[in-house]
Amino acid sequence: MKKKLKLKVSAINEGTVIDHIPAKNLFKVISILGLDKIENQITFGTNLESRKLGGKAIIKVSDKFFKDDEINKIALIAPHAKLNIIKDYEVVEKRVVETPDTITGIVKCFNPKCITNNETITTKFNVVEKEPISLKCHYCEKITTEEQIRMV
Amino acid sequence: MKKDLISITDFSKDEYLRIMNLAADFEKNPNQELLKGKVVASLFFEPSTRTRLSFETAISRLGGRIVGFADPGSSSATKGETLHDTIKMVSNYADLIVMRHPLEGAARYAAEISSVPVINAGDGANQHPTQTLLDLYSILKTQGSLDNINIFMVGDLKYGRTVHSLLQALSQFENPVFNFIAPKILQMPATYKMALKEKGIKYYEHEEFTDIIKEADIIYMTRVQKERFSDPIEYEKVKNVYILRNAMLENTKPNVKILHPLPRVNEIHTDVDANEKAYYFEQALNGVFTREAIITHTMNLK
Repeated sequence: MKKKLKLKVSAINEGTVIDHIPAKNLFKVISILGLDKIENQITFGTNLESRKLGGKAIIKVSDKFFKDDEINKIALIAPHAKLNIIKDYEVVEKRVVETPDTITGIVKCFNPKCITNNETITTKFNVVEKEPISLKCHYCEKITTEEQIRMV
Repeated sequence: MKKDLISITDFSKDEYLRIMNLAADFEKNPNQELLKGKVVASLFFEPSTRTRLSFETAISRLGGRIVGFADPGSSSATKGETLHDTIKMVSNYADLIVMRHPLEGAARYAAEISSVPVINAGDGANQHPTQTLLDLYSILKTQGSLDNINIFMVGDLKYGRTVHSLLQALSQFENPVFNFIAPKILQMPATYKMALKEKGIKYYEHEEFTDIIKEADIIYMTRVQKERFSDPIEYEKVKNVYILRNAMLENTKPNVKILHPLPRVNEIHTDVDANEKAYYFEQALNGVFTREAIITHTMNLK
């Protein structure tokens, strides 16, 4: 009889677990949330099995609790991400990511002739479609689709 | 709050109608000194003689003074000044900015920086709202109404910003019917067709430019531009298919008018010019009255 293989990532005392991140976007999520610039203890796993996503990633951040507008930034690239808020080794709250109606300063406009790609301007988009994501540039009015999304 | 005109979708149907009324008034009486003592900056970061002369005529007829430049070669942009800094400076000098820029979104950005109203005279392939308003005025004047218009748009419907904006504007009125005549590779983009579908507006697509135009109230011609084609053979195939000739107008409705944003190349044969259904030169003149109206509306002069 074969034993079921189970992933063991050490539990955290206090902090946030972000689960169901598409494996290919793990490092983008880390960068958008600025996790590469903080001093907190972080563990992550990637290319874990997931029926929904093909391959998923998970991030555990000790002593960090995200605000809504902070975490919603990753909705673009991890729309199904789930957050577990941990206090004293227990999950005290579960949250899902919600796609905001406007996106400011995270994504580049795909249009090379857009003013935002030619002068130092914070980009701004209206979300016209949430799944798959589709963004309308506030300036040039062109649509940036999911495949065209590049981070600033 | 200051009022800008950047995109045709910035204005409501009521505002379109107010501008139409003002334009009709300026047509009767073009010289009204509403801009007396005011300075208008005319900033053409890309040359466009036709649009610039139309605006500068409108400003002059309103008694305003003009500062600015007609091409980027004579502006500080060549020295590397950012758009941000140019607009910041100019909005301290002038009471209104009219600007044309080769980059898309430039006018929206300028409006955010400027303390005075900005009118977009074209930003790249994006918007050219004053053209759309003068098209609406031309339709209203020749058809007596903006409702129940059957419009045929012909030529490059994929990249032509004038047809996209006109479609958006006419969609606000009652019961329009759109007919799109274009080669496969230059068809109306799906997003615009989707928007029509959502509003329950009828549209038909054709590849052949035939006597189907006998249903039209308005025939809106555009140029099929060579540079849009990656394959020169494709261009050669379609370039002479979409030419309007006088003989084709024989069975068309008596009220039909032919519009074109100009300049034309060969898509309207010169034998059409003498036909009373040809309207493109009057359309250009309507641009002056419409721009007087737009300036008056954005600056609350009336």
